[in-house]
Amino acid sequence: MSEVKYSKEHEWIKLEGDVATIGITKHATEMLGDIVFAELPEKGSNVEKDGTAGVVESTKAASDVYTPVSGEVVDTNQAIVDDPSKINQDPEDSAWFFKLKIKDQSEMDTLMNKDDYDKFAKETSA
Amino acid sequence: MNTKKTSLYQLHQESNAKFVEFAGYQMPIQYSEGIVEEHKFTRNHSGIFDVSHMGQLFIYGDENLTKDLEKIFPLDLKNLKLNHSKYSFLMDKDAGIHDDLIITKTNEGFLIILNAACKDNDFKILKELLEEKYKMVLDENRSLIAIQGPKSSQILTDVVAGVKDLNFMSGNWFSFQDQKVYITRSGYTGEDGFEISIPNDFVDKLTRELINKGSKLIGLGARDTLRLEAGLCLYGHDLDKDKTPVEANLKWAISKERISKGDFIGSDIIIKQLNNGVSKIRVGIKPEGRIIAREKTKIFNQSDVHIGEITSGTFGPSVNGPVAMGYIENEFSKKDTKVFLEVRGKKHPANICGLPFYKKSYVKGATK
Repeated sequence: MSEVKYSKEHEWIKLEGDVATIGITKHATEMLGDIVFAELPEKGSNVEKDGTAGVVESTKAASDVYTPVSGEVVDTNQAIVDDPSKINQDPEDSAWFFKLKIKDQSEMDTLMNKDDYDKFAKETSA
Repeated sequence: MNTKKTSLYQLHQESNAKFVEFAGYQMPIQYSEGIVEEHKFTRNHSGIFDVSHMGQLFIYGDENLTKDLEKIFPLDLKNLKLNHSKYSFLMDKDAGIHDDLIITKTNEGFLIILNAACKDNDFKILKELLEEKYKMVLDENRSLIAIQGPKSSQILTDVVAGVKDLNFMSGNWFSFQDQKVYITRSGYTGEDGFEISIPNDFVDKLTRELINKGSKLIGLGARDTLRLEAGLCLYGHDLDKDKTPVEANLKWAISKERISKGDFIGSDIIIKQLNNGVSKIRVGIKPEGRIIAREKTKIFNQSDVHIGEITSGTFGPSVNGPVAMGYIENEFSKKDTKVFLEVRGKKHPANICGLPFYKKSYVKGATK
C-alpha cells in the first residue's frame, strides 16, 4: 500500500513505485477560497524539493505551489488548468497537480503522516 | 490601534464570516459559500453588503452652502433636485483625488457618502474649506447597508413599502419600525439596488428581515469582483492623489456647465486636461488567457516598452475570466490595442477593452 504524506506547505504526496503524485490539501483549499487559476510545471522539467512548482490563485491572491520532493515532472493535470474550480471540489484525489519521477526516496521521510499533518494544520490555522 | 466593529458584527459572526481589517474596521471578506458563489448570487438574486464603515456626512445649510460646495465639487449643485444624487470627487488644487463620493441633496442640506479610509481626512478638508460655517456631522449613529441584484427591489419593497418607485440615483426618507431611514437607489455592483442609511440599533433587525425574504449577506471580496466587472473604481487603487478625474476617464461626472465657468478646486488642471488631453488614462484590460494580472502588474507595448500599470485585477466570476483596469499611455488606450502584462516574469498578451466588463442593469424609469 502506498502511504500519503504531507508537507508544511500544505501539499500531499502519494508514492507508487518511484512515481509520486502531488496536489494541495483540502485544508489549503479552504484557506485559499475559490481557486480561479492554476499554473503547473512543464512536463520534462526538473523540480527541487521545497522549490516552486506551480501557482494557484484565488479571487483574492496568488500562492506558490511547492514540491515536497525532488524529481522530473512526468505528467501534469491539464483538467485543473482548464477548470480550476475542480481543485476546490476534489483537492486530494482527481484534482492532483503533477507527477514526479522521484530522485531520492529518503526525502519522503522528512514529511508528515496524516495525523501529524492534521494536527499541524489545526495549530497553524488557529 | 483598536479595530472598530459595525452594528452587524454579531450577525456576520453568526453567518460564519471570515473577517479582515479594512480601514480600521473588522469587516467580512466572505461567508461560508465563498466569493464566487456570493458574486453570482448577487448578480442573479440579491445580496446585502454591510458598508457601515463608509462615512455618512450630513452637512446642513441653505443656498449659501450650495454655493460654497460648488467651489469644491465640479457639480451643478444649484440645479440638483431634492433627493437626487451625483457621483463626484474631492480634489486638491492639482485635481488629484482625495476621495470619490456620492452627494445627495436633502431637505436640510446635503448627504455625502465617503470612503471609509478617507472619511476622517475628508471631514477635516471640508471643514476647513467651508470655514466652519455649516453644521457638519459624520454620523457614527447610523449604519449603511446596500442591497444589490435583480431581486432586491421586490425584497426591499416587502420590508419597506414604496422603495420600488425610486429612480436610479435618487432617494427619499422611508420608515422602518417607526425609524427614519434614508434610502437611495444606487450601489456599486453594476446591478439595480439600494443603499439604506438606518440608525445602528435597527440595522440588525432590518438585515435579518431582508435575509428572511431571500437576500443573503455578501462580503467585501465579492463586492470587489462585482465592482471591477462593472468597471467601477476603487479608491486607493484606481484613484488616488496622483490621478485626476480626467485621467481616471471619469469626465462624464464633471458638469459641463461648471467646466465652462471653472472656479472649483482643481478646475485649472481639469480644463487644461480636457482641452489638451492627458498623457495617461484609465482603461479596461482583458487578458487573453486565464492569467490574472493584479494591482501593480506592469503593462508593455508590442515593442516591449513599459507603458502602464494595472491598478485592479482579479477573476470575474460572471465574465468567467480575468478582468483588469489600469493606467496606460494615452496613445495605447484605444480599444483592441494589444498589450503585454508581466506576471511572474513572463509577458502575457491582453487587449485594451471598453468598460464595463459586465453590462449594467440600472433602473432608469422605475415602475409606478
